[in-house]
Amino acid sequence: MTTPTLGKDLIGLEGLSADQLRLILDTAEPFKEVSERAIKKVPALRGKTIVNLFFEPSTRTRISFEFAEKRLSADTVNVASSGSSVSKGETLVDTARNLEAMRIDMVVIRHPSSGAAQFLGDRIGSNVINAGDGKHEHPTQGLLDLLTLRDRFGRIEGLKVAICGDVLHSRVARSNIWGLLKLGAEVALCGPATLIPRELVEVGVQIIPRIDDAIAWADALNVLRLQLERMQAGFIPSLREYNRVFGVTKERLDRAGKEIVILHPGPMNRGVEIDSDVADGPYSVILPQVTNGVAIRMAVLYLLAGGAPEWQAI
Amino acid sequence: MTDLLIRGGRVIDPSRGTDGVADLYVKDGKIEAVGRNIPSQPGAEIVDATGKVVAPGLIDLHVHFREPGFEHAETIASGALSAVAGGFTAVCAMPNTDPVTDSQATVGFVVRQSIRAGKARVYPIGAVSMGQRGEQLTEFGEMVQAGAVAVSDDGKPVKSSHLMRTALEYAKTFGIPVADHCEDMSLAEGGAMHEGLVSARLGLKGIPSAAEEIMVARDIILAGLTGGHVHLCHMSTRGSVELIRWAKAKGLRVTAEATPHHFTLTHERCEGYDTNAKMNPPLREAADREAIRQGLKDGTIDCIASDHAPHHYDTKEREFDEAPNGIVGLETALGLAIRELVEPGILSLPELIARMSTVPAQVFGLAGGTLAIGAPADLVVFDPARRWVVRREDLHSKSTNTPFLNETLVGQAVLTLVGGRVAFERPDRPVS
Repeated sequence: MTTPTLGKDLIGLEGLSADQLRLILDTAEPFKEVSERAIKKVPALRGKTIVNLFFEPSTRTRISFEFAEKRLSADTVNVASSGSSVSKGETLVDTARNLEAMRIDMVVIRHPSSGAAQFLGDRIGSNVINAGDGKHEHPTQGLLDLLTLRDRFGRIEGLKVAICGDVLHSRVARSNIWGLLKLGAEVALCGPATLIPRELVEVGVQIIPRIDDAIAWADALNVLRLQLERMQAGFIPSLREYNRVFGVTKERLDRAGKEIVILHPGPMNRGVEIDSDVADGPYSVILPQVTNGVAIRMAVLYLLAGGAPEWQAI
Repeated sequence: MTDLLIRGGRVIDPSRGTDGVADLYVKDGKIEAVGRNIPSQPGAEIVDATGKVVAPGLIDLHVHFREPGFEHAETIASGALSAVAGGFTAVCAMPNTDPVTDSQATVGFVVRQSIRAGKARVYPIGAVSMGQRGEQLTEFGEMVQAGAVAVSDDGKPVKSSHLMRTALEYAKTFGIPVADHCEDMSLAEGGAMHEGLVSARLGLKGIPSAAEEIMVARDIILAGLTGGHVHLCHMSTRGSVELIRWAKAKGLRVTAEATPHHFTLTHERCEGYDTNAKMNPPLREAADREAIRQGLKDGTIDCIASDHAPHHYDTKEREFDEAPNGIVGLETALGLAIRELVEPGILSLPELIARMSTVPAQVFGLAGGTLAIGAPADLVVFDPARRWVVRREDLHSKSTNTPFLNETLVGQAVLTLVGGRVAFERPDRPVS
């Protein structure tokens, strides 16, 4: 059997095989330990230059990538859309060509348009890592969710995971759906029908309309952030009702009377999609997700840069 | 102007129901004679059309020529050249230019530019409302006087039902149709492609079929109310075809067109975020494509129109949701229609020519669409079997935004006459 590789770019989990997903998760394991050291640095990407190109505000993902890059000893530059030539009207393709001309090795891109990461990857020779493109995918988030679930359950296969909330506008949901399905989990979507694209049933997920039923069914809930502007756009009548009908609350979990793992990609709206006593409660893995994020991103950067999968932390 | 004797072609004229090998003699810009073994005529150049089809020039009721305002993408001259290269002798130019074609002066400008170009006849379509703002009717009477053949706010729907009603009523005086781009904007706003599995996967906002069908239903009802002639542009859904079939059975004055891309492609073509697959209405599902084909077969859809929409490559070379809608279509329409409709046996060649020439002429009341004796010699000679590859450098439009680049199409115009003048002649090349 040949060892799988990742190819040039990481655009989404839809395009990856189960073997490739397992390769990334397995590669992340030794990297977890690097972040626990006093000297949090290995030389794996020494001499590589990486641009973090963020066309959308981001705290968690941007910092997580930056730490991953620095802990691998890469040279990094951060570019945000404000304060760069993008705010002067430069097109994405021109930005890409200019980066290319500076001979960079990798680009991490966050962009409000679905497809922007692929657009960039198709046009430059550098490795492109999608850090979230519009409503399409957020593959490293999907991977860190997989890693967190695997840490907790020891497996992905056969797990029942309900993705709850605004699936329609969520890149996190799409990456999770592909990753979970490919690794053999069962996936349900739960939320108001206005925010659940029913066509996704065709890819093999089920839809559970009521949150209580989803809680009763699932081993883990991945609770999505509800963008506050969805109310203005008429998808839901009010945040108050959303919390009452779809919110993941302690009462609901107590009623279910079972252990259920709670994931959330952040940033949370406490009291809307998730109650504080759930987010801070014993079943929450929200902070382990963040910790795993750095290891996953180190693994992805390392593998795309051509690192061998049998690499062991030194 | 040289007289021409076109010999030995398969002469197809749906306006008279004729189809057979014959000679056709063009004298003084008019069709002088059609028949077997017409002897050589003094001063007439002989064209050998053996193995070719001789047909009335194709007529496209829906093109965008971008002049005035966006001449970097297309001019009336470049569009008219692209038209004759595709076998079209007459096209109708939509008014969404800058400024909008919404007055006799702007209509007159299109007519003048068309004459100066001297290629296909470019008939202006005037706007329904001033500036296409959907508020105040334009001066239909003056625009018709200046050469407008229809009115439309294409690119935008006529949102107000009251405005659509008054437009249909007022247009009756002048005998012109109101062509509508059917789209309920409250459902479609911000959409980048068809709403379905592909949009859900790609994370792009979808435009549901209902956005089109709601407006088709409204327009049909208003055609019934007013007795006016509504022409439904670029129909894309199976529901729309059903609604039109119903309207026609009721005897309402409803006509409809469909584009080659809607009878050829489906929303899967948007995979990979190819902006050349981004159009409005969007590419839909296989069942919709099939319904469009059946509609063209049974006449529910009256005609094929290209919705030729040139865009400079810069504007298409960007994020999918930011890219403009539309593709060029004049030079690929015939080759797609033969490949997709004639070869699979959905339409015969005479039926296809009816849908691309004779019927569109009738729908907008244009000259052409016929090889009747005495008619102006607007005709096309095409090779119905020529397999050719669409290459960027071979297109005549200023823009080459098409998803059909590098595809093999079947059938291509080799000679196009407008008023008896050779408007286009393809340098004969070996079949690729």
